[in-house]
Amino acid sequence: MDDKEMLRTLLPPDCRVIRDEGKCIRCQVCVRQCSYETHSYDPAEDTIRSDESRCVGCFRCQAMCPTGALTVLRGAETAPGHYGYSDNDYWTARHIRAIGKQAATGGILLTGMGCPLDYPVYWDRILLDASQVTNPSIDPLREPMELRTFLGAKPDRMEIEMGPTGLRAKTTVPPQLELKTPILFSAMSYGAVNLNVCEALARAAKELGTYWNTGEGGLPRSLYPYADHTIVQVASGRFGVHAEYLQTAAAIEIKIGQGAKPGIGGHLPGEKVFEMVSETRMIPEGTDAISPAPQHDIYSIEDLKQLVFALKEATNYSKPIFVKIAAVHNVAAIASGIVRGGADVIAIDGFRGGTGAAPTVIRDNVGIPIELALAAVDSRLRQEGIRQQASIVAAGGFRSSADIIKAIALGADAIYIGTAALVAMGCTVCQKCYTGKCPWGIATNDPYLARRVNPELAGERVVNLIRAWSSEIEEMLGGMGINAIESLRGNRLHLRGIGLTQKELEILGILHAGE
Amino acid sequence: MKRVYPVEEHCMACRRCEVACIVEHSPSKDPVKAYSNPATRPLNRAIFEEKGPRSFSLMCRQCEDAPCIEACMTGAMGRDARGVVVVDEGRCVGCWMCLMVCPYGALQREERTRKISLKCDLCPDRETPACVEACTNRALVFEDES
Repeated sequence: MDDKEMLRTLLPPDCRVIRDEGKCIRCQVCVRQCSYETHSYDPAEDTIRSDESRCVGCFRCQAMCPTGALTVLRGAETAPGHYGYSDNDYWTARHIRAIGKQAATGGILLTGMGCPLDYPVYWDRILLDASQVTNPSIDPLREPMELRTFLGAKPDRMEIEMGPTGLRAKTTVPPQLELKTPILFSAMSYGAVNLNVCEALARAAKELGTYWNTGEGGLPRSLYPYADHTIVQVASGRFGVHAEYLQTAAAIEIKIGQGAKPGIGGHLPGEKVFEMVSETRMIPEGTDAISPAPQHDIYSIEDLKQLVFALKEATNYSKPIFVKIAAVHNVAAIASGIVRGGADVIAIDGFRGGTGAAPTVIRDNVGIPIELALAAVDSRLRQEGIRQQASIVAAGGFRSSADIIKAIALGADAIYIGTAALVAMGCTVCQKCYTGKCPWGIATNDPYLARRVNPELAGERVVNLIRAWSSEIEEMLGGMGINAIESLRGNRLHLRGIGLTQKELEILGILHAGE
Repeated sequence: MKRVYPVEEHCMACRRCEVACIVEHSPSKDPVKAYSNPATRPLNRAIFEEKGPRSFSLMCRQCEDAPCIEACMTGAMGRDARGVVVVDEGRCVGCWMCLMVCPYGALQREERTRKISLKCDLCPDRETPACVEACTNRALVFEDES
């Protein structure tokens, strides 16, 4: 498209901006806050105009307007009848708009965040159990309740012996990651999000006694003080990977794939590789950071095993090695191979998992739901008798404490949250992360926008969210008469399906409500 | 004493502090009414500065050895019971000596009805100044630094 003029799309705007002129005081907060230049002030007429074709529906102006004069309506489908597309359930506005854009650009459509489409959400089709009469429920405010869990390979059996001061373990336990609550922050790279966001997550992880993940962007120097609460990633581009990076971290994650774009690599354009990113990723300033789709030294489980053990050697067998894969059709067999390849933790990312940029067609059509993938992997590893050799971390679109507790009952040791943590910082899931102009200051490195995330304040919001979810998990556990999260793991008898087919129940390994 | 401190690295140039200041110093304290007539709209005492991506909101530092009090020839500049540097509008003649000696440029000239110096009064009617409450990013903090 370099030498060709881009065609006009002739599409109506995605969003509507409604300004209550009676409330607007022309303070221009909206003008300054919109990074897409939707609003402009006309001094001649002392009025503010809004160019709806520029609006992405992030609601930043609406949130910041001191008088509540603005209402933003997002998406043609959320404003029925507005653009006249809503009378066709087959040729939806989504399809018509996509064709319009591609007819103008000839390019692959990009998007951000996780798959938003109306595929089944199994979390909403699973119900939890509670104790009545025959077994006592537990009040977490009065009785001890344990959310602590450990990630890493567990020995097949524990042998004990009498030592000089009493009984002691004879078996050597492989390295474990101690989590005070079974919630980790998933990989979001410095570059995709800015340093303030990384710092907010790192601060939150440290305060909560859990871990954040660098993604493939490397660990910025200023965040080394949080290294003991950091999982560092080794991805296909190997950006920012060096001896100190591996040795300082709490754990290492080999990234094979990501739920939002299984089978697809990453591309941080050169314009975004400024001094700090260049230093952290260890690439020249201004060059594109291309993460290949596969890891070019991993074409088999045997190859993966070599990398797993190379990293174990590099860190003297002192930290657990994670392997993260996207949930795809053969996930259970692949997971089995990964565990046999020596991974201590396997992270599975479902198709609702977020991203900073992915082709829309991939995000919306590739991969499978985490609920099914998680149940399939846990069942398979148990059948093969190797479940204790690795912990399972489920990822991909966890929206609430209820989703999390259901995942643990399905077999997860812990879960990763990404989008939810960003939403706690302000993100409204407008899905325009790939533009680099995030008005909430999250998915941008523009120094004017990035300061909208105050790491201290954003960190507090994330801490509050996880504390709230942890308390809710304690309440739900207590209701089931369980006093430790580890006692719920894989305990699928505490789950019942509602409105699911026999096959779905079979894969999830749960009974139907009423059974 | 507690003062308002700007935190430059967290200021995101929204200027809600200015709006809050203007509204707080209007008779009605209602934003729509405060802004309805530019002729009677109060001036903002939180002064916004911006260069490139850097910005901050500046208001009176409530200096312990306030040069403006020293310089005021009519005795209009003084300290109230809270220790806040305030202008006695009845005595102010608009000579602007205070403006000239202020090391921070934290005073404003009100010239629309008559000449009066305007400055941050730390919102006497509120527990937390309006600008601090309006800031969504903790770029203005109200604390005792000592």
